[in-house]
Amino acid sequence: MDAIKEIVPVLAKGLNVTITVLIAAAILSYILAFIAGLCRLSKNVFIRKFTGFYIEVFRGTSLIVQLFWLYYALPTLFGINLGSEFWVGVIAIALNYAAYMSEIVRGSILSVSDGQSEAATALNMSSFQRMRLIILPQAVRMMLPEFGNYLIQMLKATSLVSLISLHDILYQGDIFRSSNLALAPTVYFIMLIFYFILALPLIWLTRKAEVFSKKGVASE
Amino acid sequence: MSGNWSWEIFMDALPYVSKGLGITVGLTLSCFLFALVFGFVWLLLRNTPFRIINWFFTWVMEFIRSTPPLVQLFFIFFAWPALPVIGVSLSPFVAAILGLGVHFSTYVGEVYRSGIESVDSGQWEAAKALNYSAKDKWFKIILPQAIPPTIPMLGNYFIILFKEVPLASTIGVVGILQLAQNYGSKTFNYLEPLTIVAILFLILSYPSALLIKKLELKMNRRFEKKDA
Amino acid sequence: MTEPIVSFQDVHKSFGDIDVLKGINLDIKPAEKVALIGPSGSGKTTVIRMLMTLEEPTSGDIYVQDQNLWKMKKKDKWVRANEKHLRSVRGDIGMVFQHFNLFPHMTVLENCMSAPIHVQKVSKKEAKERSLEMLKKVGLGDRLDNFPSQLSGGQKQRVAMARALVMRPKVMLFDEVTSALDPELVGEVLEVIRNIAEEGEMAMILVTHEMDFALDVADRVIFLDDGVIAENGTPKDVIEHSQNERLQSFLHRFRSN
Repeated sequence: MDAIKEIVPVLAKGLNVTITVLIAAAILSYILAFIAGLCRLSKNVFIRKFTGFYIEVFRGTSLIVQLFWLYYALPTLFGINLGSEFWVGVIAIALNYAAYMSEIVRGSILSVSDGQSEAATALNMSSFQRMRLIILPQAVRMMLPEFGNYLIQMLKATSLVSLISLHDILYQGDIFRSSNLALAPTVYFIMLIFYFILALPLIWLTRKAEVFSKKGVASE
Repeated sequence: MSGNWSWEIFMDALPYVSKGLGITVGLTLSCFLFALVFGFVWLLLRNTPFRIINWFFTWVMEFIRSTPPLVQLFFIFFAWPALPVIGVSLSPFVAAILGLGVHFSTYVGEVYRSGIESVDSGQWEAAKALNYSAKDKWFKIILPQAIPPTIPMLGNYFIILFKEVPLASTIGVVGILQLAQNYGSKTFNYLEPLTIVAILFLILSYPSALLIKKLELKMNRRFEKKDA
Repeated sequence: MTEPIVSFQDVHKSFGDIDVLKGINLDIKPAEKVALIGPSGSGKTTVIRMLMTLEEPTSGDIYVQDQNLWKMKKKDKWVRANEKHLRSVRGDIGMVFQHFNLFPHMTVLENCMSAPIHVQKVSKKEAKERSLEMLKKVGLGDRLDNFPSQLSGGQKQRVAMARALVMRPKVMLFDEVTSALDPELVGEVLEVIRNIAEEGEMAMILVTHEMDFALDVADRVIFLDDGVIAENGTPKDVIEHSQNERLQSFLHRFRSN
């Protein structure tokens, strides 16, 4: 019991970083996913191909490799520095998951039935209004459950930022463990519980989204 | 500002990093095999006659699935030896098989479940009506229909697993990522070796992804035919 | 002679290798009610879909109130219309679809209010008043806050009509609006169309298989066969005096069931 009392505050010190990285990465990746998803549907071949290239590269390689590449290699290549470890972590996670989610954005938009777009045209809406008022509100409903699933994936992925010395839950726990080897099982078990508690509301949200998304969509 | 890219270093690092391919691919295959087998264990644990047990293991699966594989890897590698009675030291490779294998087995278990649920309830009734034995029911009716749709899903998880395998470098498995880092720390050149790692991943995973997409389309078509 | 509100001039349409329409010439006067009949695959729906800008003609011209719908002038040259041009010309046209195409994420009232607010830029208050009036007219004044999924097919189609009417079009297109309905729900929808027709001021083009209804409501019947207009006249002329064998056998099929 004493061990638990000792470990919990240590891990809690890392909560702040884990949660901030998650929120920043989630917001950035959703924005990027929309941009990339819409670019994939662009009439411009160059934009389509370029976005396709980005998606395939980031889906085809591994997040940890991308993280290390941005952290160690990018500064050498062009002298580009992404600012801080925090932003390297956030950008790596965001770029990686945006690549996956852009395919969901694209697929959801395509699966709104043609009749919806035709009805909007018959009401003389512009293509922009059609997208904003009719297609996207329905497509977003379809995206939500998958977005929720990826949010859980992103939470898991935040643990990688400990590898570029950001002081998240895993980092704090590791430091503690290295000087209390006998307590290692307790440290990691409590750590897993920390992550699970963070994941629970996301799991709950995802299930809500699944129910919600079944309503209010015309897809064929 | 021109980049600091050097083809010389690239060519020097290429054979060095590539030596790790065997370990990386071998670990992927081992983890996947483990997950395929262990996926069945989940299926059994969630379908016992006791609801409380089923419920318990459903949450254990959820727990494993929604917590970071990296932490699970550390748990197995650093914490396992310190456990009383069952604690033994594991080599990094074996720890990685267990850590990533168990994590992915929870996904594989779900795939198995969805495969079985995809078999129309009429098929079960038909098997009953024809008085099949339990063994024949499973091997002649249910599984031949349940397995094909799961193959593309399993293929996708295989590729996802492949991309998670470099996590094992954190516990000292010397795959391509670890070798690239070793090269970097020796020569202070990270750019070329890490780029090589990215390229190797892309070369291996992209064609596999295309292959699985093709397979998926083929399966879908077969499924539609069955439907009609 | 009144000027036509809609005019098709030698309009052709092909999908791939298939020529669906092979030269359509057709004038529609303001307030005229036209029934477009013909066997399936004869291109009836394509005619009105081109007028609604959902399908682009392969060749020929369509005029709406003397403006070329699919072509615009740019530095003295006729070029393919851009979206802005299409929007400026199709503003007086409305359409009701076979499968309703209501917006499932909006309530009945929102379905009606959305386009007046965003397209015609009328105030929320006015959009609401207009919508309430139209929904009352189609008999759904009590379902304002329902979502489309909570309505029957007949109710959905009546909402779709209200949604189109709120825009106050001068030409209304009806694309087989009863084909997707259960037989017992067809009557309520036809009743609404009849009421709209009797008010008189709007031109209407009805693509339909409800032959008796079409002949009753329409001023003019057009029989489309094999991509061309095979008959064109008052219901009485077309039905009683036509010598066209294909039309006779087509009508016979409908009479016998």
